[in-house]
Amino acid sequence: MIEPDETRGAEAARDAVTGERAGRRRRRRGRGEQPMVPDAAFSSYYGRPVLNEPTWRALDIAGYLYLGGLAGASSLLAAGAEATGRPALGRPAKLGAAGAISLSLAALVHDLGRPARFLNMLRVFKPTSPMSVGSWLLAGYAPLTVAAAAADVAGRYRLPGSAATAAAAVLGPAVATYTAVLVADTAVPSWHEGYRELPFVFAGSGATAAAGLALVAAPVGEAGPARRMAVLGAALELGAFQVMKRRMGLAAEPFEQGRAHRLLRVAEVLTSGGAALAALSGRPRDRRSAAVAGAALLGGSAALRFAVFHAGVASARDPKYTVVPQRERLRARSADG
Amino acid sequence: MSGREDPGHLLYGPQPDVAGAAGYPDAPPRVGFFTDTSVCIGCKACEVACKEWNAVPEDGLRLTGMSYDNTGGLGADTWRHVAFIEQRKPLGGQEPGVWHENAENAEDTDVFAAAARLGTDAAPGPGTTTPPPDRAPEGTPAGQISPVAPDGRTELRWLMSSDVCKHCTHAACLDVCPTGALFRTEFGTVVVQEDVCNGCGYCVPACPYGVIDQRRDDGRAWKCTLCYDRLGAGMEPACAKACPTDSIQFGPLAELRERAAARVARLHAAGVTDARLYGESPDDGVGGDGAFFLLLDEPEVYGLPPDPVVTTRDLPGMWRHAALAAVSLAALAVGGFVRRPR
Repeated sequence: MIEPDETRGAEAARDAVTGERAGRRRRRRGRGEQPMVPDAAFSSYYGRPVLNEPTWRALDIAGYLYLGGLAGASSLLAAGAEATGRPALGRPAKLGAAGAISLSLAALVHDLGRPARFLNMLRVFKPTSPMSVGSWLLAGYAPLTVAAAAADVAGRYRLPGSAATAAAAVLGPAVATYTAVLVADTAVPSWHEGYRELPFVFAGSGATAAAGLALVAAPVGEAGPARRMAVLGAALELGAFQVMKRRMGLAAEPFEQGRAHRLLRVAEVLTSGGAALAALSGRPRDRRSAAVAGAALLGGSAALRFAVFHAGVASARDPKYTVVPQRERLRARSADG
Repeated sequence: MSGREDPGHLLYGPQPDVAGAAGYPDAPPRVGFFTDTSVCIGCKACEVACKEWNAVPEDGLRLTGMSYDNTGGLGADTWRHVAFIEQRKPLGGQEPGVWHENAENAEDTDVFAAAARLGTDAAPGPGTTTPPPDRAPEGTPAGQISPVAPDGRTELRWLMSSDVCKHCTHAACLDVCPTGALFRTEFGTVVVQEDVCNGCGYCVPACPYGVIDQRRDDGRAWKCTLCYDRLGAGMEPACAKACPTDSIQFGPLAELRERAAARVARLHAAGVTDARLYGESPDDGVGGDGAFFLLLDEPEVYGLPPDPVVTTRDLPGMWRHAALAAVSLAALAVGGFVRRPR
């Protein structure tokens, strides 16, 4: 199937296949960072992608990755707040978890080609499908967060409310990290090649988002755990991301180009800045800097998820990221004998 | 890596009884396609037959401007796609040019006998100007097709290849499908149930070959069914039926593999050293394709991945890393609460 804009690109690259070095070698306008791997000559079919591009909409799916992390980590904060007697931290965390996961469910259903058939997600349980596992996880988790938030707001049913809060905290970390498996379990080079580190990136990113929400909404006096969570989460997120990029080889390149690159820089600035500001915002009357830090953390986490999403799409769009690593793999294998 | 040594070969590795592993106790033999691109003439009868039989909607009547290929690639509404490649390279063992000794007394020429000899003559005939296949003749500007031989003949070959869903032994689309809409048939093929698919789109980026796609106005995912309905009635798929040169051969996979090996050996003996099989080995990254190919160049020249691996090979590792990360997140939160604020 050919879209009009694809046709134009194909036309530009149509001379490419007849020569010996038939690869498409695009000059990118990006300034600054050098490509991590030198441009390799490779063959392709008129520069057309090998993979079909993900059909997922960025707002729905990147938004879902973000909201799932926010909800999962918020459930941890909520349970901790309940256990340590911090009701003013617990309430926004519980409401945040319930709100975020409800929104994310709406995004998931909205992204379906046949939204009316969303219940087919629970037709089977398939451990080989991260989306099936995730659907069952959400089916258990979302009602728990809603029950926890409702009991808190109502001020009644304290025992069931606490039980729901605790149970949501058990499932929360899984909700925050399984989404990394969801995107990594594809043929998309910049998602798949990061499968070892991406869950840790998402765990850190979820922690910073939940901490950010708590910093915005909870009083400074009770937000100590959120401040520490922000610092620890930012360190985990940014650290794991660096390790991931170093281990991905050529598939790391899309993270340094175009929209993904810009989003990633924004994410780094907001997350590290927000975490630093959060660490310094512990003084009782420092309500405003806590709110600014919280907003920065929320924004940084969102930018990271969108960066990961767009880098993956870009890596699927360019045959280079599919062909060159596979070619190298074959070469290494034949060299081994 | 432990994830790769799956004992039942459910996620990765050779799986001789793919239908049995999917739960069919008395399955018929696994069937598939052997697409011999060395005899493809690019007529696109397969594309048309596929669309006709399966009622696949029209998906644009545009000209790509890149070659005679105006289809572009496989997708929701293209289940057979004929690739068309023009190269500055002669076919091995062929006699270039169109000059025939008996051209003036045409009635003496047995064209069928001449055609039968084509490609079987290992030694190039006398007076041939064919250069080694990978070297451009002198005086050829790089990357251009031009008359090169002293007598003005052109070194050029057209590669044509009809691409299709590979019906992988380990099919990523099937593995990741959350609804069970994609399933393994008793014939070992992979089919989408259109009444179950909810259009989540997960199979689209999971496919290492870029085959399955979502139909935009319809929302569901579509791909080649290997004419499941025809198979059930004992008929061969529409594309194979329509193929005028038997470039697309349908049959039991074991038989096709034997036939393909013999064909490659014959082409090699005839001097077509470029001939190679693609997707035929059960030891490859997807456990072997149910639809495999004889190609005359590297797979990526045809738009095929050179070494595809089913993404779910690494799934056990992915779940392990995610579990560790989840524990880290919980530990991180606990760490936040341990120190009480002063």
